[in-house]
Parts: sequence; structure tokens; C-alpha cells
Amino acid sequence: MGETKNADYDVIVIGGGVVGCAVLRELSRYSLKLLLLEREADLAEGISKGNSGVIHAGFNVPAGSLKAKTNVAGLGMIYGLADELGVPHRKTGKLVVALADEDRRRLEELKAEGDKSGVPDLEIVDEAAIRRLEPLARGRWALYSPHTGIISPYEFTVALAECAGQNGAEVLLEAPVEAIVCRDGLFQLLTPKGTFAARRVVNSAGLFSDDVARLAGIDNYRVFPYRGEYLITDKDCGLRLDLPVYPVPPRDDPGLGIHITPTLEGNIILGPSAEPVDDKRDAASTRKVMAHLKAEAVRLMPELSRVSFIHSYAGIRPKLVDPSGKDKFGDFIVEESAFRPGWISLVGIESPGLTAAPAIAELVAGMIGVKMDIRPKPEFKPERPRRTRFAHLGDDERAGRVAGAADWGEMVCRCEHVTRAEVVAALRNPFGARTMDAVKRRTRCGMGRCQGGFCTPRIVEILQDEELPADRITKRGGGSRLFYGRLKG
Amino acid sequence: MEANETHDVVVIGGGPAGLAAALGARRAGAGKVLLVERDRTLGGILNQCVHDGFGLFLYNEAISGPEYAERLIDDVVREPIKVETGAMVLDITPDRVLRINSRSGYRLVRAGAVVLAMGCRERTREMIEIPGTRSAGVFTAGSAQNLVNLQNLRIGNEAVILGSGDIGLIMARRLVFEGVAVKGVFEILSWASGLERNVRQCLMDFGIPLELRSTVVEIRGRDRVESVVVAKVDDKLMPIPGSESVIPCDTLLLSVGLIPENELSKRAGVALSPFTGGAVVDERFMTSVSGVFSCGNVLHIHDVADWASFEGFAAGESAARYAAGERPAGATVRITAGPNVKYALPQLVTAGTAGVEWNFRVGRPLRNVQVVVKGKATEKVYARKKFGRLLPTELQKIKVRPAVEEDLEVSCHE
Repeated sequence: MGETKNADYDVIVIGGGVVGCAVLRELSRYSLKLLLLEREADLAEGISKGNSGVIHAGFNVPAGSLKAKTNVAGLGMIYGLADELGVPHRKTGKLVVALADEDRRRLEELKAEGDKSGVPDLEIVDEAAIRRLEPLARGRWALYSPHTGIISPYEFTVALAECAGQNGAEVLLEAPVEAIVCRDGLFQLLTPKGTFAARRVVNSAGLFSDDVARLAGIDNYRVFPYRGEYLITDKDCGLRLDLPVYPVPPRDDPGLGIHITPTLEGNIILGPSAEPVDDKRDAASTRKVMAHLKAEAVRLMPELSRVSFIHSYAGIRPKLVDPSGKDKFGDFIVEESAFRPGWISLVGIESPGLTAAPAIAELVAGMIGVKMDIRPKPEFKPERPRRTRFAHLGDDERAGRVAGAADWGEMVCRCEHVTRAEVVAALRNPFGARTMDAVKRRTRCGMGRCQGGFCTPRIVEILQDEELPADRITKRGGGSRLFYGRLKG
Repeated sequence: MEANETHDVVVIGGGPAGLAAALGARRAGAGKVLLVERDRTLGGILNQCVHDGFGLFLYNEAISGPEYAERLIDDVVREPIKVETGAMVLDITPDRVLRINSRSGYRLVRAGAVVLAMGCRERTREMIEIPGTRSAGVFTAGSAQNLVNLQNLRIGNEAVILGSGDIGLIMARRLVFEGVAVKGVFEILSWASGLERNVRQCLMDFGIPLELRSTVVEIRGRDRVESVVVAKVDDKLMPIPGSESVIPCDTLLLSVGLIPENELSKRAGVALSPFTGGAVVDERFMTSVSGVFSCGNVLHIHDVADWASFEGFAAGESAARYAAGERPAGATVRITAGPNVKYALPQLVTAGTAGVEWNFRVGRPLRNVQVVVKGKATEKVYARKKFGRLLPTELQKIKVRPAVEEDLEVSCHE
């Protein structure tokens, strides 16, 4: 921590979630000196890691809202962007099912809203079509959205930042903004890693965007944390879900209702719940909600009653709607402060923020472009090479890899078939994220059914080989240390 | 890619069962035997079991895990057995082509017979669905044993242990030796799931409390574990509201059961038993896939390594005979678990076989027990054995001397 630096930038982005990283990558097209500050030890450690990983089509939000506009625009961009960045994704389509005839009206309302927003190709389908599209789903009627998809939200976030990094942007982890000095249009951001100054700041601090704004003297936002708990099945649970299946959104649910979503690897995710919590970092799971998730998911897919789960997790939504329930809808806030010109606030970016991120990034770049003379860099490289996964390679490719570098021959994770080469590549990421969770999210080590029982000791060894002393090995940075020193000599 | 390399017997896993299987295969005359171990050294989990109590049945003395491994390894290296460490079998086809990856290369290998000896893995926090935060400091007991005994790492200062499996009990004592305060072992059942000698030598001798009928209902602490909430459970094993207490600690070890690791077996198409979690086998330890055999903890969970080795010797011998073309003739009869019996193994026997020894496990502690093996059709008693008491933690054996001609049932009567 001793090493601090002070430097000036054209734009500083606060927050390394999917929105902040999308903004950073969009701005890296231009001749700007860029920095992203992230408080945690890795990117995507907040809202961006704890969601369903769904690329939304845009019918769940009121037409005309910024949520709807950026969602539909984002949908038009995200598949191409994921291809450019080498991020695994799949256009699956999605079903919103009505279990009873009387819910068909709700589906028609959703479709009408979607049509109004310009969501393409929505269709109301009957029971037979539901069976054909997803044999495991139940329902009388469904809204079918063919352009909905799935993506790994943290891989997408990391890829956006790495692409920005390739194009000259800097990213600093474990750099929470603790104080801000505003003087003559210049923002000086004080962090444990140094003081950084810029005339333009994009506040994309997610759950903490209101707190960060307050540091700059902007006191007009309040973010309410709503926890969403999830359960995830073993990918060999015997059930293969092809596309996300949602219920008709319950009127009293602050989310979209408990749904079931496939992952790219073949697991099934159940969730999320939606309940206000006091602490913005309280991502605990509760016995009550775990039972509730199962009960709700079984209504959509009865076969789920006999599968076992390998993991639970929770995410926190940054809602602008007060839990007292006075307002029903809070739109995304994307605006420049009138009080602090040059300060751009991105507040309340909850669902569908993952899909909307590329569109929000374009909006932000536009806002900055109006104020500054920004020129596209001819050398901008939009691509990022796709990560090689040993598990996905054919026999000849595997043999070739191992012959070229022996690390491809050393299996570290036996459930997900991850090699030492992949772990080492993950540890040598450009921003120095070297936590256990950083390895897990980049390689899938520990995401299998043994949940790290076998690979944790192996990764601990590799981390030390990569010169991270045991004392500094953490699960996700901060105080999440794994060890208290050595036992003997 | 073609399989250009052929072995008579390929043994997957170099722990107590796999080492014995390789030796068994040689004893029964297999010429080319390949032993594949994914760790850097042979021995499997024995290497991290620095306590003693191994070898009581195989060597008639109590030695440590590494010593036990060393004796088997010494025998293996004396034989012309090809040993490959740091190599993992990633796939087996039903016709016994194996995909093997190691630092020295990725290749396909064809086997005359395969012995599965991959061992087991530990049940996790998520499988038993403990609510709470996902803070650092939650370890399965076996992972902790690796980190402490093989990597000399201090995993915590104050620990709570959930589950009274043997590894949890052993680790309770181990942590005390290293100056860690062990606040207690909590077991949801009314009896300890580890061996009695371990309860005595690892907990009682060190004054570590064992709380039965209680469990951890919540993990607290944002970054590192700060405390766990424990509660008593009712007869349905559900937490009793109002019985909760908070125990400050920075570490939670889980010793809540082992699961045979049959991922590879499934790929080969091996049929598994829902009662053992391992393959359904006959008296030769052959699975439902012809030429594929199973032994040790991948077949069913053993409480003593020696039994895993005995099974390994037998499975290795059978595999060698299979590779040589030997096939038993005759129909198969089925053995099922009757009253009070959790499972009996093997589940199938070639009709006419005499002298088959069955492993069985009871579902709950029993006293003054008569174990009976009876013909299902004729009610004929094939074997009968008396036990003062039987515990679910202990794998027991019963031998049937006469030739088996009909489906059988094993039952226990108090």
C-alpha cells in the first residue's frame, strides 16, 4: 500500500462494474487520458457479479423511459460487442410464462410495452409452442422474446476493461475514493493509492454512487439496496434448460419475479428474491429465501424439485425507489451535475443495466464530447482475444497446447478441467487482480461441484509460485484473508 | 486422434485402493499395467493423513498415512508397473479408451481393463445449504488438512467444526496441536459419524466438546468468518427456534460427509447406486460396463484405508483376468438391503458363486444384532452372524459360504 502516485487525467471513471468498464472502453476510442478507480480487489465485485446474466430485450420497463431506451439500444450493440471482446454468450430467446389463462392479459401488456419501445419480434405463444421451445417449462401462455440471451456478466465486465486497457486506459484496483476536492472545475480524488485529478468524472459507483456524489458536494441521490438471492444447480443435474423462463412479473415484486436461467456452462440459476436490506454489502443468503426460491422455481419447472444445488449467491440492486413503496418506478439517472459541471452521475443502474451498459457508455461519451474536443484514435483496437479454455478444446488442439507449454498438461481444477496455464494467465491479468475469486471468475476453478475442495490448495501453491506470500492470499481482497501465517519454519 | 498405446490394465488413482489394484493386477498376471495419479506423488489422501491408525488390518500394526502409502508404493515400484504421476484421466469411453493429460503430453490410451480408484470428495457448505455470508475461513476438513499438513499454513485462530466425520475429528486435534482454539464439534445426528476411537482420542482427550443434535444455521462476517450461529435440531433435523447461540470464531471446518467421485465413471456409462453413490458391482468388482472395475472410496465410503486396499487387490486381480479374456459364466443374482441395512455390496453376484463376502452398513446404531442373509424366493438362510452392536459409521462384513443361487436380502434384527 505504501506506493502512491498523483497524476492528472482527462476523465476518471469511478467504479469498475459493467457500466463503468463499458464507459471506460467507449472513451478509450478517443485521444483521452483515462483512469478507472475501483474500491475492491477486482472488477465486477459489486452489482455486476450478482445477477442472472441475462441480455434483456427491453419489454419489462416502461416505454419512453431511459431504462427502455438504453436497453433496446444496448440489445442492438451487446451481441456484436461480446463477439469483438471474445466473451462467451448465447442468444437463447426467453419465455415469460402465464400459468393461468387470466394472466394472459399481463403478457399482452408486456408485449404492448415492448412493441412501443421497439423491442423486435415479440410474440404471444400457446402451450404447445412453450413445450416446443422449452420442454421443461410449464405454462398456458407465454410471451416469447427471440432476441433475449445470456452472457457471463463478470467476464463481460473484465473484457471491457481489458480492451480499454489495451487502448491505453489505466485501471487501479483497491482504490476507493475517500475524499474529493473540487477547485476551479478540477476534481481531485483522494484514494489510498494516491490523488488523481481530472476535469471530467464519471460516477459509476453503483450502490455507492450516492455516497461518492456526496463527497463532491452533490446531495440529490439516494440509493436503496435490495438484495436478490440465487441458487445454482450442478451442471450435471440431469436437466438441460435451453432458455430463461420467467413468470409473469408479480405486481408487488420489486424485481422481475423468481425465474430460472441457464448458464453458458449448463447450470441452472434460480432467483432472485427482492428485499430491501440496511447494509449495501449485506450479500448473505437466508434459510427462508432459499426455501422460497425452490418453491417458486418448481412452479415453473417441476423437475427442479429433485435436483441438488452446488452454490448460492446474492446480489444487491441499487434501487432509487424507497422501500416504503411511494413510487413504483425509478428510472436510470444519467446526467451531468449543474452544480458541479464536468461531474457525470450514473445512478440507479439496476436491471437492465447489463444490457444497457454499451448504450449508456455511448451516452456518456456524447456528453463528454459536447464539452471537449475529443478525436477518435486511429489506432483503437476494438477486439480482445478470446480466452482459451482447455475444457472446450478438441483432442488435437489439446495435444498441441501441451506440447507447446507443459502448463497446459497440469490439471488444477478437476471438476471444470482447468489447467495451470489458464490459472497462471488469469493471475497475470493486466490489472493485478490476484484474489481467489478473481481466479475463479476468470477460469471457473472452484465453480464445479467440489466448490474448490480440491483446487483451493493447488491455487494457493500457484499463487505463492507467482510471488504472492501466503499471508496476502485473500478470497476477495480487504480482510478476506485465508491464512494467518505459517505453522513452522 | 488415435489411441496408439495399449495396456492390459489401467488403474485410475494412486491412493490406498489404486496402489493395491495395480499390485493385484500384477499378481493375477497382467503384463502391462499403467497406474495414473493426478497428484505429483503417489499415495493419494494418505499423504496428508499424518496421524496413525493405518495398517491395523493390512500390516497388523498402527502406522501413519504416509508410512502406509510408502509400503504400498515400495511394492509397486518393485513391479514392472508404469507409474504416471501428475497425470489426470479426463474421459473414458465405454470401450475403454482413456484421455490422459499430463505435463509430458495429452494422449489417448486403450485399456484391456480399467480399475476406477479415484476416491471421493467432500460435501460442501453449499450441499448442506448453510445460509449466511460467503466470507473467507470456511474450509472442508480435508482441504484444511492439506493446507495445514502439506503446506504448513495457519488457517485460523479460533475454529468451529461442523460434522463429526473422521477427518473433522482428526483435524480438531491437529488444530489444537497448532495452537488453534477449537470451540466445539457440532453434529446434526444423535451419534458421531466418525470412529469411536477418534471421538475418544481426538476430542475427549483434549476436552473439545461434541454437541450432538445441533448444527450451524448461519455464517456471519463480511470478509472473514466472525462467528457462526449454532442451534439444536428436532427429530426431523430441523433447527429449533430459540435454541440458537452465537459462537465467535474465524474458521469453520466442514466434515459433513464424503461422496464417491464418479464423474469419470458416469462418462463411461457406469450405473451408480443411489445408496452408496458408487458403482453397482458384482463379486469381481466389475461395474455395469464390461471391463471397468471399481474399488475403494470411489465405490463406497470406507472408514478404514485398509479395507479400500483389500478391495483394490481384489478389483485389480479381476481386471487382470478380464484383460486375459476370462469371463464368468452364469446368470446374475441381486442382493438387496433389507430392514435396518443401508446398503450391501456387491449388489450383484454370478449365480453359483460360493464364499462371497458382503460389505454392509447399518442405517442407525443397533444393539444385540442378528444379521441374516436370506434367499428371497426360498427364505433359505445363507448366513447368520451376531454383533454386540453395530454403528452406521462402521463398515461390516458377512461371508456367505454356500453357492448363491437366488436373489438375496441382507437384514439386521435387534
